[in-house]
Amino acid sequence: MWAFIHKVGSPKWFYAISGRLLPWCWILAVGLILVGSLWGLAFAPADYQQGDSFRIIYVHVPAAFLAQSIFVSMAVAALVFMVWKIKVADMAAAVMAPLGAVMTFVALFTGSVWGMPTWGTWWIWDARLTSMLILLFLYLGVIALRGAFASRDSGSRAASVLAMVGVINIPVIKYSVDWWYTLHQKASFSITSRPSMPVEMWWPLLLMVVGFYAFFIAMTLMRTRSEILRREAGKHWVRELAAGGA
Amino acid sequence: MAFDSLDAFFAMGGYGAYVWSAWAVTALAMVGSVVHARIERRGLLRDLERRARRESATQRKGRDAS
Amino acid sequence: MSSSDRGASRAVEMVEPRGGLGVAMAAIVKRDLTLAARRRSDILNPLAFFALVITLFPLGISPQPALLASIAPGLLWVAALLATLLSLDTLFRADFDDGSLEQLLLAPQPLSALVLGKVAVHWLMTGLPLALMAPLLGLLLALPAGSYVILSLSLALGSISLSLIGAIGAALTVGLSRGGVLLSLLVLPLNIPVLIFGTGAVQAAILGDPVGPHLAILGALCCGALMLAPFAIAASLRISING
Repeated sequence: MWAFIHKVGSPKWFYAISGRLLPWCWILAVGLILVGSLWGLAFAPADYQQGDSFRIIYVHVPAAFLAQSIFVSMAVAALVFMVWKIKVADMAAAVMAPLGAVMTFVALFTGSVWGMPTWGTWWIWDARLTSMLILLFLYLGVIALRGAFASRDSGSRAASVLAMVGVINIPVIKYSVDWWYTLHQKASFSITSRPSMPVEMWWPLLLMVVGFYAFFIAMTLMRTRSEILRREAGKHWVRELAAGGA
Repeated sequence: MAFDSLDAFFAMGGYGAYVWSAWAVTALAMVGSVVHARIERRGLLRDLERRARRESATQRKGRDAS
Repeated sequence: MSSSDRGASRAVEMVEPRGGLGVAMAAIVKRDLTLAARRRSDILNPLAFFALVITLFPLGISPQPALLASIAPGLLWVAALLATLLSLDTLFRADFDDGSLEQLLLAPQPLSALVLGKVAVHWLMTGLPLALMAPLLGLLLALPAGSYVILSLSLALGSISLSLIGAIGAALTVGLSRGGVLLSLLVLPLNIPVLIFGTGAVQAAILGDPVGPHLAILGALCCGALMLAPFAIAASLRISING
């Protein structure tokens, strides 16, 4: 077991395995997202209440899922790094943070654009949008903290601590924001909490969500590989790789 | 097919601007991430290659001198 | 044999080898209180900031009592939160600069407990005075009668969490030369639950609703922070100093 963990954690082994996995992840991501997009945009029936504006759901919801999942994955990677000192885990956490921030921004933007036809305004302090905004600040904090240290190792460990503190706080923040929203809520309806969704609308959403997750995995593998090349540039196997023209 | 014509598809039942801008920003963010990752990787590999070439050159020079 | 004894034997020349955890924490609290008494401006600055920010709002919004009363709970809480944030930079800075923080790290007692003593003093020197001063400023904002006690109580209870969470950020940024803005970016999002339930308690008091649930949740947040934050603070200090 221990030998296995450290084998996976060794950058060389990870580089080789991820290189073999990567094409499949890309195929899965591109395929699912293309099919899901076409299905969601052109074939799913229009919503009886919101008309065609509901088609934003097919990018908003996957992005919002990803925004939250990436933070959790980042915290798990940070924990693995802090407990077992596995460097690859820290590299993965380092490359996840910007992607998570981008996805959070996408979720915020699409949510806001969706708000215009539904609520008649670009921004509403809706519980989900507000939590998303706070999540964006958490991401920015982790990214900024990592960059603020002169030594890479200190930055890695500080960002890991912050990611873990953040992930413990996310449920608390979500719960309190939900409570705050129900307290101040005037008569309005939430766009994302619909009682039931017809199957024809639901399938493309599922494809998009799985596709986005595959995209996340592919991006993380790809950028972790780059990060390995950057940090291990002096190592023998990396030099051999470069000399081989790979 | 939920739309009768291509025009109806682009109009999105009057919500065209909202739907397409949301999708465009999402697509831009995802494609942008991929392009950035590719440029990063290409640059790193080029640096490594240059470094390897420089090292082999200095090694050869060292051998010639001795 | 307790762990402190073993730790003391490892550190060759400890002056107080018999000193248990209680003694060490009391010593830290006493030392920090003495230091705070010597640097009175560090205590007064957050209070002055709190009063000043509250003065700005009627000037910036409107002097109408009805309008001010409706936003007073939120204003008071946000201003108190910012005042706490302002004081965080001094929490570890002086000890970091003169090297006594490293001594703390080398002490045989667990760092997370020692740090708790420092945070307790920070709360005594900022959170508690802010809570006591808040009713006075509430008066300026025409805060409705009947909510003054709850305002103080919620601030006193909530600022324990604010100090604990803030100390994590302060510990993470103490080694950085330009940590100020970064500190607020790290700490403010984590403080949002405390803000929500703190203002919730005051608003409930104004509306005549039961305030017990809000205070209970503030207490729960405080307990959670008391349990988890010391470890995060200790880990962060180790990173900032050894890094």
